[in-house]
This record gives sequence, structure tokens and C-alpha cells, in this order.
Amino acid sequence: MNRKEGLEMKSYNAGTYDVIVVGAGHAGVEAGLAAARMGAKTLMLTISLEGVAFMPCNPSVGGPAKGVVVREIDALGGEMGHNIDKTYIQMRMLNTRKGPAVRALRAQADKQLYQRAMKETIEETENLTLRQGMVDHLIVEEGVCKGVVVATGAAYYAKSVVLTTGVYLKGKIIIGELQYESGPNNMQASVKLSDHLKALGFDLVRFKTGTPPRVNGRTVDYSKTEIQPGDDAPLAFSYDTKEFIKDQIPCWLTYTNLETHKIIQENLDRSPIFSGAIVGTGPRYCPSIETKIVRFNDKNRHQLFLEPEGKATKEVYVDGLSTSMPEEVQRKMLATIPGLEHAEMMRPGYAIEYDAVVPTQLWPSLETKKISGLFTAGQINGTSGYEEAAGQGLMGGINAARKALGKEPLILDRSEAYIGVLIDDLVTKGTKEPYRLLTSRAEYRLLLRHDNADLRLTEIGHQIGLIPDERYERFLAKKHLIEQERQYFAVTTIKPSESVDALMKSKDAALLREPMKAEQLLKRPELSYQDVASLLPEHGSIPVEVGEQVEIQVKYEGYINKQLQQVEKMKRMEKKKIPQDLDYSKIDGIATEARQKLTDVRPISVGQASRVSGVNPSDIAILLVYLEEGKLARRTG
Amino acid sequence: MDYDTIAAISTPVGEGAISIVRLSGPDAISAADRLFQGSKSLSEVHSHTIHYGKIVDPQEGQSVEEVMVSVMRKPKTFTREDVVEINCHGGLTSVHRVLELVLDQNVRLAEPGEFTKRAFLNGRIDLSQAEAVMDLIRAKTDQAMNVAMSQMEGKLSILIRKLRDRLLEILAAVEVNIDYPEYDDAEVMTNNILHEKASEVRQQIDRILSTARQGKILREGLSTVIVGRPNVGKSSLLNQLVHESKAIVTNVPGTTRDVIEEYVNVRGVPLKLIDTAGIRETDDIVEKIGVTRSKELLQSAELILLLVNGNEKLTDEDRRLFQLIGKTPAIILLNKADLPLEASIDEVAQLAGERPVLKTSMINEKGLDELEKAIASLFFSQDVSTGAEAYVSNTRHIALLKQARSAINDALEAADQGLPVDMTQIDIKRTWDLLGEIVGDTVSDRLINELFSKFCLGK
Ligand SMILES: Cc1cc2nc3c(=O)[nH]c(=O)nc-3n(C[C@H](O)[C@H](O)[C@H](O)COP(=O)(O)OP(=O)(O)OC[C@H]3O[C@@H](n4cnc5c(N)ncnc54)[C@H](O)[C@@H]3O)c2cc1C
Ligand SMILES: Nc1nc2c(ncn2[C@@H]2O[C@H](COP(=O)(O)OP(=O)(O)OP(=O)(O)O)[C@@H](O)[C@H]2O)c(=O)[nH]1
Ligand SMILES: [Mg+2]
Repeated sequence: MNRKEGLEMKSYNAGTYDVIVVGAGHAGVEAGLAAARMGAKTLMLTISLEGVAFMPCNPSVGGPAKGVVVREIDALGGEMGHNIDKTYIQMRMLNTRKGPAVRALRAQADKQLYQRAMKETIEETENLTLRQGMVDHLIVEEGVCKGVVVATGAAYYAKSVVLTTGVYLKGKIIIGELQYESGPNNMQASVKLSDHLKALGFDLVRFKTGTPPRVNGRTVDYSKTEIQPGDDAPLAFSYDTKEFIKDQIPCWLTYTNLETHKIIQENLDRSPIFSGAIVGTGPRYCPSIETKIVRFNDKNRHQLFLEPEGKATKEVYVDGLSTSMPEEVQRKMLATIPGLEHAEMMRPGYAIEYDAVVPTQLWPSLETKKISGLFTAGQINGTSGYEEAAGQGLMGGINAARKALGKEPLILDRSEAYIGVLIDDLVTKGTKEPYRLLTSRAEYRLLLRHDNADLRLTEIGHQIGLIPDERYERFLAKKHLIEQERQYFAVTTIKPSESVDALMKSKDAALLREPMKAEQLLKRPELSYQDVASLLPEHGSIPVEVGEQVEIQVKYEGYINKQLQQVEKMKRMEKKKIPQDLDYSKIDGIATEARQKLTDVRPISVGQASRVSGVNPSDIAILLVYLEEGKLARRTG
Repeated sequence: MDYDTIAAISTPVGEGAISIVRLSGPDAISAADRLFQGSKSLSEVHSHTIHYGKIVDPQEGQSVEEVMVSVMRKPKTFTREDVVEINCHGGLTSVHRVLELVLDQNVRLAEPGEFTKRAFLNGRIDLSQAEAVMDLIRAKTDQAMNVAMSQMEGKLSILIRKLRDRLLEILAAVEVNIDYPEYDDAEVMTNNILHEKASEVRQQIDRILSTARQGKILREGLSTVIVGRPNVGKSSLLNQLVHESKAIVTNVPGTTRDVIEEYVNVRGVPLKLIDTAGIRETDDIVEKIGVTRSKELLQSAELILLLVNGNEKLTDEDRRLFQLIGKTPAIILLNKADLPLEASIDEVAQLAGERPVLKTSMINEKGLDELEKAIASLFFSQDVSTGAEAYVSNTRHIALLKQARSAINDALEAADQGLPVDMTQIDIKRTWDLLGEIVGDTVSDRLINELFSKFCLGK
């Protein structure tokens, strides 16, 4: 996009919108769809239309925590769940042997189909314009964002702008000694926008991530690997999905070995990570193979999953072999791996560095504190992962639209959704490395389950106008059935009998001595909802998901209540709002470090303030007193 | 943060004979009621009434203290919450015991200034008082910080940190299986393994808690009261033990008229030595006050050194003193052993019962070694070794440790019931968090750091 020297680019007014979304990655598409569906006139700009909902890394959606996020997105009226349900090649439920809190779905996606389906949905959506265009800078007047200007000179105006530029800001690809400016997968990088953000006064950090080589599946000897099939059961991310894809494609498991490690060891001097060529901070949870081998040099092998990238392609993703070693070394590595001895490499793995915005510069609505009307969402906020991006994109889109429509922002708290945990972590604590969701980041994990995402969020989705009435009615009916069935279990007594004894024996459970409420019986670890229900008189057909809810709610009632109590406490502190203009330097007694941090983060509530690192309970006590004092002064004065 | 039920000792420690354990919050009345035995249940009594009864340890069923309990229902209370005040007459030890029992009832120890803070936040006190509240919080937290700092360096925190590291290993091992279900290199945590590891942790917590009494004494000094009739040599004993002339010694009976306190370390046991006015019937007003005070002190003593003049026949006053001792640990000193023995040694032995009797002379410095040994062995009688052991002394820490113990007990129970490990994990995590509050480490990233430093994760 070089212009002829000396020629001034002429800018023209290209139109006015309610919301402009810059980017059409996983964050951008959710943001654009949400805003448009909420009735905001929305423009979505992206560097290349070929990159809509592109997965630059593994062809998979979901997994622990992430899979729950997809369900949350779905319950709020987002698109990711629908889209993956249309385009998976394999679906599995993970952690089935563990408790319900940590169960999660994961799908292998047909990459190209995924993109195509998403693009189609966008194209079909009213109020939404998808257009190719490289945004070079923002139109900012007196601290308010008014629009964007594209490299072609088109100036678009809007009430709010959402930046979802992902891995593209000053992107740089590194393969061994080779380095060049680029977005993921040789897409064009976004350079001017990054400089522009810096000029506007934003703090940026440099992060790094990487991806493994792809090989041609025709040249893989799968007989030397272990098969990893999908589940037969009909599984779906979206609560809407009624059709399930039948002919699933398996993944395959193989391992690195000492030979592979030796090749890496011998070439470490050519590794950009160890030579110092890479300056960006990489994620610990997605280490490159060379990092794994150096840090865990006692391990003789590492798992590698061979994941097909789709049905209409032979490309296979070598999961576990993320690397930025020189191409030559990558090929030697591949040749040492059982099943890949003769595999043809189609694309080399690479590392990519990019700029991200320090997320503590955002309000929990994802609006920037510096510039009103400007929102950022997705990898630009220092996260990594499609689901993390999509979750933020949805919230950014919702809040950009709400702002444009003159409404209060929607903020999910840590007990409502993983999305709430994610955003709260980002804007309250910031992040020193690309941030990935983990179940252990959620203190109320037991409440943030895969199975109850609809119960948690459908109401909100409906309120903000993203869940259609028809679906909402269905949801209410389900909710009602659950309550009814719980009530039924609570009042219905089961008496000892031969059929009861038989069931208990078959389940290795203690025999029933005296009559017992169905609910009590269900609390026994050996018994499932189905088991107990089979002892009860027929009472109408109960859908599986209703039975599942009853089982979980009854079985884990003690723990659930414990967490609910904690939540109640937390919510009281969330409700105590802090004025945005609070001058912390005026509050005597707050420790210097805490004062500094609070001034930077500007938490919106006492609850958020208490999670800022470096802020102690005594600082919070003083803050509380100070806030009350202010209220009192206003009341009396 | 707010609105749970809090409790604290609300009279300044050591002042006056009555100490109050005050509770405030929604469960104040029910919590107190669980410990209270009186003619009525506290949940039934009228507001702003006071009731006589006993505080009973609900687990051991044994009566701890006779008390007067006032019940004040909201909103006409200092904090505008339900408030209960338990008036204890006994010494520091029994007040602390009552507080500990209260804290076992799901009641949290109040932070410094918290009652006042609540009063303020609930609109009970006015703007001009707000500043004072701030000062209070500030001053007290500074103090608390200092204590915390010195504790940080202490053996206790090393011990707690070790314990937390153990817990962290367990947590990480569970988490890795959850977040990376396909990762094949981590030990799969079963309830059996969890149970075993959790039991170890519970044992450790129990061990630390068993040092609680010693810890408190190490911090505050074992309150040791020297009593006896006038002129038997009490002040001389104090001077001997502190190796200095701190108290005036004369041959005039009734020399010491007020209480003299000195701190001294006897073979590793810190003593708060209290010399008293000799106890006798007297008409002298000043001396009379001193005598009354001596009797009060006896009530709160943790160790009593009772002196008898061996050179004189036992008097009724001597005999009454033996009764005043009650159940408090005591050592009997038959003093002035350098002079001819006049007192009946049989009677002394009979009055002393189980308590050790030593012959001493303050003039010849005889029997002092034996006395020091006797004190040390009384203190270390529970098979707790000295020196290397860490002691938990702070009431807040004790309360946290007890909560940690109950959390780990929940974990054990969950494991027994065969609940999924990620449920058991919730209790283990809580144990870890509670112990973290003791050492002031509540950073939540630790677990994630452990995960990634320990296991080779990620695709
Ligand atoms: C090589 C590589 C490896 C990765 N590995 C992993 C991994 O192992 N695990 C993991 O969880 N995640 C990984 N990721 C991250 C994951 O791909 C991202 O987190 C996710 O795609 C981010 O979504 P996003 O919507 O925020 O941004 P992106 O998907 O990057 O989308 C950005 C969008 O913004 C557009 N855009 C950018 N700048 C402009 C501009 N100036 N004007 C107009 N449009 C613009 C682009 O065209 C694009 O549509 C990897 C990414 C890459 C590139
Ligand atoms: N022979 C002898 N005299 C002692 C001994 N101990 C104390 N005395 C003397 O007894 C007198 C009283 O000693 P104090 O130590 O003042 O006695 P007290 O118990 O403190 O007396 P009051 O304060 O008056 O109650 C002094 O003259 C001491 O020297 C002892 O072991 N042997
Ligand atoms: Mg004296």
C-alpha cells in the first residue's frame, strides 16, 4: 500500500454508522454481528475478506474453560457456537470422568468451512456491512473517537469504534534467520495503526506466539500412530443446534523422541527464541517445542496430535510442534517422528510478534479510558485464543452498540461467566504474557459450568436483544421443567422394595433401610438421575438436559451453596460504586503502592478495587470509609 | 467483607477484672446461643436485656466460664447490627478461650477498628467521627503490619509456607488434569491419593494448633503471681528471679502495697512476674486496696508461686491462700529455710496436694535452681519440644488455622464420599487460601505459575 512519494492521500467522507468494527477475526465477527443484531447500523472493516474468522493456529474450538466460553457466547446470542456446530469434523466431551464443573466440549473444525459459514452469516445479516479496508488511523476529537480512516482515503464516521486487530499490529513473522513484517499466515500487517495508537498515548506491549508446520495427510503413515476418535453421542455447543454431523474424522496421536530432541538441541543456536531475535513475550501455555525441550530436558518424549484441517483438504496440523526453528531444521525434526518419516511439509511453523494494548487502560466495558467511544477486544487486549477473542468481541460489540444507542454498558461479573472472569482479570490486573483462560482462574468454577451457561445468561441475552423471543420461550420452558422436577424429587418418597434393592445391588450401593426422599437418594454418589427416576412413577417425559440439571443441582448442592454464599459477599462489594473521577491522592492513609495502582486502574467498584494487585484489605477499608464520608457530606451539605 | 459476623475482645487487655467478648452481625445471637447455657435461649430473649449463664464448649461439653451476656438486637446498637456482649469475669486465659469458641461458630475475628467502621458505614456515627475511624484503622493496621512483619520472619511462617507448598502441589496436580485432560505425564489424582495427602496436611495443622497455648505465652509472658502473707519474702523472690533489686525489701510486714510487674526469662519460659501486697486482714486503707487487688490478680494468674514462711507456724491466712489458688498451676515455696523449721511440713504437703513444694532461702539463694526447673517443666509439660518448634500465638492466626482445619476436614469428607476430585479440590483450595492469609500471601497467580513450571503443557 505504498503511495507515490509526495502525493497527499485525499480523504473522502465514506459514510456514517452507529458502530464500526475494525477487524473480522473471531473478536471482530462477534462484535459486528452483535452490534448489528441489536439494531445498530454497523460497518465491519478488515484487511482481507479472505481472513474472516480465520484460524491461524490449531483447527479446534473449545476445551476446558474455553468450551464453556463458547456456550456462554451462545447463551448471550453470539455466533461462535452456531458456526462450529455447522462446521466441525470431530466433537468430544472432555473430563467426563470428573465433576460437572470441569466438563467441556471440544471440536475439531473444518477451517475453511468455518470461515465460509461465518462470512455467509455476516453477509446475510441486516444492518451489517462487511468491507475490505486497512484502517490507518482513528478520527479523534477532544478525547472522543468519531470514526476511522482507511488507507484508500475513505473516512467513516460512527458513535463507537471497536478495534479487534488481533495479531496484526506491527506483526512480524520469524522462521529461523528469516524475519519479515507480516500478519498471520502472510497476511498484510497493520503498521500505521499501531504507531497511531502509540501517538494517541496508549501503552503497548510486544507479545509473541507461534504455530507448528502443516503436513500433507496423504504422506502420513497413520499405522504408526494411535487413533483419537470423536464421541458418538450427539454433542453441540449451541443450545439451538438440532442437527449433528455424522461422519466424523479422527485425530491421531504420536510422539517426539530423543532423536527429534537431539536435532533441536544441536540447532539451538539457530533458534530465534534462544538467540535473542525474538523480543516479544510468549505464552507459557503454548511453548514452542524448542522451549519444551530446554525447560523439561528430562522428558524423553512429547505428545503430538495430528489434526486434519478439514474435509476438503489434506493439510494436517501437527499439534505440539509449534516452532520458529529454520525451515531446514523443521523438516529434519518431522522426519524423526513415527508416522511422519516421509511426510511432506506444506507450510513451515513460525513465530509471530505483535503489539497489544495494555488492557488496564480499559474500563470493564472494554471502552478505553483515554478515548471515549473507542473499544478494544480480542488479542489486541493481550489475550490469546479464538474463544477468548470471541467472548471479548461479543462484549465489545454489545457495549459499543449500547453506547451508540445511549444505554448503560453490560458488565458480567466473575460469578456470572468465564467471560466476566476474563475481562475482569484483564482490566484489573493486566497481563504480562498472552492471557489464556484456565478453569483455575475462576474462583466460582462450580457455578460457571458448561451445562448451565443458558441458565446463567439467556435472560441477559434476551434483555439486550440478542436472544429472539422464540428461543427465550423455549428456555423458560426448560427452566420451569427443571424447577418442577426438583420439586418433585424433593417431595417424593421412595420405599424399600425388591426393585429398589435390585438397583442398589447393581450399583454397588447400600440397600435402602427406610423410606427416603428421591432427592436424598440422588445425593448418593453411585446413583444417577436416570437410576433414581427409574424408581419413580412415570411423570411425563423429562428431557435429558433437565435430568442432568436436577442431578447436578441436587448432588452438589452443598458445594454450590458454599460458592453462592461467597458470591453474595462479592456482589455486595461490586455494588459499591466508585466515582470515575475519584482523586486517590486526596485519601489519607492509603498505602503509596495501592494509591498508584488504584489511580492507574481506576476501578469502577470497591469489589474491583480489592482485586487490584498491591491493594490490601486495609486500603479497601479506608476507601470504604472515604466513600461513605463523601456520601454523608453530600447528604448533610 | 462486611456483613458477616465478627467478634473481638473489646475491653483493653488487662485493664479491669471484666473483659468483654463482643459479637456483631447477622449471626451474632445464634452463634452466642450455641455456646450459652442459661435459663433461656438467647434467641428468645428481649432486646437489650442481660442474662446470667455459662459458656460451654459444645464439643467437650465442659463449662468454660461463668458469664453475663447482653443481647442487643438491631438497629438500636452501636453497629446497627445484632450485637452480643459476653462479659467474662475470669482472667485473660478464659476470655481468650471464650473468644476462640466464638470464632469456631463461623464468626470471623474483627479487624482493627472494624466495629467502629461498621457503626460508621451503617450510618450510626457522624462525619466528625469519621476521621477518628480512619486514624483508628490506620494506627491499628500499622501495628498489625509490624506484627505481621516480625511473624513473616518467624518460624511459623516458614512452616505455613511449607504446608502451602504441599497443598499447591496437590492443587496443581488436580488442575493439570482438568485443564489439560489429554496430557499424559501428570499423576492422575484419585480420591485415595487426595485423601492421603490431605490427611498429612491436617496432621500438620493440628500440630501447629497444639502449640497455640505455648505461643500465646511466649508472646505475652506466662502471667505468674507471687502471693503469700506479709513479710514471707515475696519481694525478695522477685528480686532473685530478675537478678536485680526491683522491689523494696524490708522487715516491716506490708511493705509492698501495690503490684509490681517484671518480665524475666526463666529457662526459655518468659514470665510476667507479679509481686503482690501480702494478703492479710488489715485496716490500713492503702494496704487494703492492695490486698483486694492481689486477690483479683490471683484469679487471672496462669502460674502462682505461693510463699509460706517456714520459720513460723502455719496460720489460717496461709491456709486460706491455698484455697484461693484454685485449679491454677502453682508451686509452693517453704521460704526462709536458712532459719529453723517451725511450720508443719506434713500440713504443707497435705495442703499442697499434687503441687510441688520446694524449700527455699532468699538469703542463701537456696532452692532457686529447683524452682526454675519446676517452672520450665510445668510449662513444657505437654510433649512439645523447645527451640526448633514454631508457635502460633496470634488469635487471628489461630482462628484462620481452625478454619483451615475445618476446610481440610471437608476435603477429607468429600474424598471419603467419593465426590469428584475437582470438588474435593474446592476445599483444598480454600485451605490453601486460608493459610495464605496467615502469611499474607493471597496472590492468585501462584497456582498458575506452579502449573506451568511443573508440567510441560500446551500445544
Ligand atoms: C501463528 C499464530 C499462532 C497462534 N497460536 C495460538 C495458540 O497456540 N493457541 C491459542 O489459543 N491461540 C493462538 N493464536 C491466537 C489466535 O489465533 C488469536 O487469539 C485469535 O485469532 C485472535 O482473534 P482476534 O479476533 O482478536 O484477532 P485476529 O484473528 O488476529 O483477527 C484480526 C482481524 O483484524 C483485522 N485487522 C487488523 N488490523 C486491521 C486494520 N488496521 N484495519 C482493518 N482490519 C484490520 C484482520 O484483518 C483480522 O480480520 C495464534 C495466532 C497466530 C497468528
Ligand atoms: N532469713 C531469711 N530472711 C528472709 C528470706 N527471704 C526474705 N527474708 C527477709 O524477710 C523480710 C521480708 O522480706 P520481703 O521480701 O520484703 O517480704 P514480702 O513478702 O515482700 O513482704 P511484704 O511486701 O511486706 O508483704 C526481709 O527482711 C527479708 O530480708 C529468707 O529466705 N531467709
Ligand atoms: Mg514485698
